[in-house]
Amino acid sequence: MRTCGATPGGPDLSGIDLTTQTVIQGVILRDGVDDGVPNGTPVGNAYVRLLDSAGEFTAEVPTNVDGQFRFFAAPGNWSLVVLVSGAREERKVTATKGAPVDLIIEI
Amino acid sequence: MSRETSLVSADWVAQNLSNPAVVLVEVDEDTSLYEQGHIEGAITFHWRDDLQDGLIRDLISKEKFEALLSKNGISNDTTVVLYGGNNNWFATYAFWYFKIYGHSDVRLLDGGRKRWELDARPFVTTVAARKATRYVAKERDNSIRAYRDEVIAAIGKSNIVDVRSPAEFSGELAAPAHLPQESGQIKGHIPTAKNIPWSKAANEDGTFKSDEELKDLYLGAGVDLAVDTIAYCRIGERSAFSWFVLHELLNVANVKNYDGSWTEYGSLVGVPVAIGA
Repeated sequence: MRTCGATPGGPDLSGIDLTTQTVIQGVILRDGVDDGVPNGTPVGNAYVRLLDSAGEFTAEVPTNVDGQFRFFAAPGNWSLVVLVSGAREERKVTATKGAPVDLIIEI
Repeated sequence: MSRETSLVSADWVAQNLSNPAVVLVEVDEDTSLYEQGHIEGAITFHWRDDLQDGLIRDLISKEKFEALLSKNGISNDTTVVLYGGNNNWFATYAFWYFKIYGHSDVRLLDGGRKRWELDARPFVTTVAARKATRYVAKERDNSIRAYRDEVIAAIGKSNIVDVRSPAEFSGELAAPAHLPQESGQIKGHIPTAKNIPWSKAANEDGTFKSDEELKDLYLGAGVDLAVDTIAYCRIGERSAFSWFVLHELLNVANVKNYDGSWTEYGSLVGVPVAIGA
């Protein structure tokens, strides 16, 4: 998937009340070309784990068929761990209410 | 009640795929994953549609449980192996459920769907046809189920284990972070409850930690396993996971799952609530 031109990242936010929800979301891509522009094939059924600032497990979701995931967290510092067969990736994020964190994670 | 009788590995399941005495059941809150692919021969139960009464908030009746199992070709002597996504939360809930209705041989696939997928083991989309049976359930065994009055009476007296995440325990979040945050209930926890998240009992791949690590987890948190224990979470599935750890893997006798959990307790009028870590 070439994300150039499309909106990269997590699922469509319409219908989500961003005044009350603190959203962390994104997309998992694999086997992309290293040309500085995010690309690759979306990974469905990857496992994304959300850990709190103390590294404590908070939630886990599998990605959808488009490789996307979403968490409803609280404002603050969080870590994401992505598990797929044969790979593991970690990302640190800071979440705020009103402005969703939208990530592209390439593995 | 031990790791040997209650838990099976992915290798064991792979070796028993064509064993007619074994029926695999995938249990989850969302059975669309089953439709995308499941372990060969597995049938599926939906946590809500198949296992909740629907009219009142309760388990389905003995008669409905018998009909569900009969329709799906499960006999009283079948070895039922449960598994699912969500780190087996709903599968352990179903395990607890099968025990309530007295099924003799029920086991859990260690690591559930996640370990199976991370191992790159195969899934199929064909749904196995099973011949109907005449299943006979036992009367409910309420020795493993806690009701709200018992929970209130246990405050400050016996072990109450809150297995939700620290953020839910402290009152920062009202629901697990993969769900929209609810506003109907009070936030916080049952006073004197110890916060031992279910996730501390599991490895990253969803399999259980060793018996030694599990024992250390509860003893280290100050839980006296000689005293009665009640586990709760939000809707009773994550606490079924921790109930499984205590009752089945560690063979602790007096452990109950409070399936009313925080969605009930946090809505009760006038009961004590604590916040903070």
